[in-house]
Amino acid sequence: MPRYFTDEHEWIDVDGDTATVGITAYAQEQLGDIVFVELPPSGTEVAKGKDAAVVESVKAASDVYAPITGEVTEANGALEDDPALVNSSPEDAGWFFKLTIADKSELDGLMDAAAYKAFCDSL
Amino acid sequence: MSDDTDTDIAAETLALPLDAWHRARGARMVEFAGYWMPIQYTGEGGGIIPEHLWTREHAGLFDVSHMGQLHISGEGVEAALEAVLPIDLGTLKHGNPRYSLLLDDNGGVLDDLMITRWSEGFYLVVNGATKWDDIGHLREHLPDEISISHMDETALLALQGPDAFAALERVVSGDTPLASLTFMKGAAFKIGGVDAWISRSGYTGEDGFEISIPAESAEAIATLLCDQPEVKPIGLGARDSLRLEAGLPLYGHDMSPDTSPVEAGLVFGINKRRRTEGGYPGAERINREIAEGTARKWVGLALEGRLPAREGAEVYAGDNKVGTVTSGGFSPSLSRPIAMAYVASDHAAEGSALTVEVRGKRLAATVTKTPFVPHRYFRGS
Repeated sequence: MPRYFTDEHEWIDVDGDTATVGITAYAQEQLGDIVFVELPPSGTEVAKGKDAAVVESVKAASDVYAPITGEVTEANGALEDDPALVNSSPEDAGWFFKLTIADKSELDGLMDAAAYKAFCDSL
Repeated sequence: MSDDTDTDIAAETLALPLDAWHRARGARMVEFAGYWMPIQYTGEGGGIIPEHLWTREHAGLFDVSHMGQLHISGEGVEAALEAVLPIDLGTLKHGNPRYSLLLDDNGGVLDDLMITRWSEGFYLVVNGATKWDDIGHLREHLPDEISISHMDETALLALQGPDAFAALERVVSGDTPLASLTFMKGAAFKIGGVDAWISRSGYTGEDGFEISIPAESAEAIATLLCDQPEVKPIGLGARDSLRLEAGLPLYGHDMSPDTSPVEAGLVFGINKRRRTEGGYPGAERINREIAEGTARKWVGLALEGRLPAREGAEVYAGDNKVGTVTSGGFSPSLSRPIAMAYVASDHAAEGSALTVEVRGKRLAATVTKTPFVPHRYFRGS
């Protein structure tokens, strides 16, 4: 299952026509302790590069953008009770939402793990 | 992902005396009040929540050297200062700091500050973001024979928390024991052989001290204090969450030229004699407000759920907008969101049920007494 990364520090796992989205370890480290995550409910149409979720850390609210266009099929209910999962397991148990992939060509411009690591090292 | 607190890197952002010291300890530095300041530390024990809780349980060292330290002196300084501050200096004893306010002619708040009587003149600590304007305002309104010295070769540290006394007592010496300082008293001491002016005061609601030292000794003294097992360095992020839990206002957010000290609940900053005598900027409005009340009040809000309401969020009673949040966030000590807001006085009573709008959602909120976390100042045993 290929994993892609965006320059807005989201990761996306692609499995056929569906994908799982979260924020990267780098992103959660920058945000600090996360106290609330607002996720799009199932059925929400999200558009590539547009607001999809909000992460609240102690100090600020930050937008999370949809890395690709699609319809949300499931939000991670575990984050409601334990938003700190985003800090402790950002790239696994702390996933944000799953969505259908509207246009696979939108994946073309995204980075793979090696390219994303190089991108973070350059920041 | 975007971070709302990202700041533009201005070319003129200045380094404070402890800049390298913070970076060596893994601080994440941000631009604040024109300086690079540690927002939090990274690594073991770092992060806003751990730093906040450490301060509540042990002792945290804060670098607040961005704040303006001023020495004001000269013939007739006492009367001159009473013309610009609503303070009664006749009741201010040597060494003791007192909270006061710099007001404009309409009684709006230009800054809040601490003023201490020294053997010669007065020592003031003002906010970092406003210090240049404050100096200009004071220069304009004080007579020429009064000198204003900006102590810009002096660093300021705050050591806060229940173990602050034990840690500091181990490293200070002086003519009087550190224990002789109770809340809002100050005196001269030595730390590691260096002259320090220490007051028992702070901005966290905890027992603690504010320590003014020569900038050239700041690294050595910060290291000496952090070598004490009770002490860890704490960033600006936890400083903000600690003061919010303590119900303490932050200038530029909770008060401004558009708010009066009476609305902000800072009547204690208008000393008793001045309430009848007046003679300070904005006295007419402020003394009238003290007598008649204000249309709005600054109150604490307890929010239901986990979603924090931030500065600028609108407060409603039913469908009517009745106020605005001025400071809000997640309380690490209480594990729930808290906020401070100006609300119409008829909705400001403790227990009033209100809602706060965050991203189109109305969150249930109740007016609640402050501080949210009880103050633990040391007033004597």
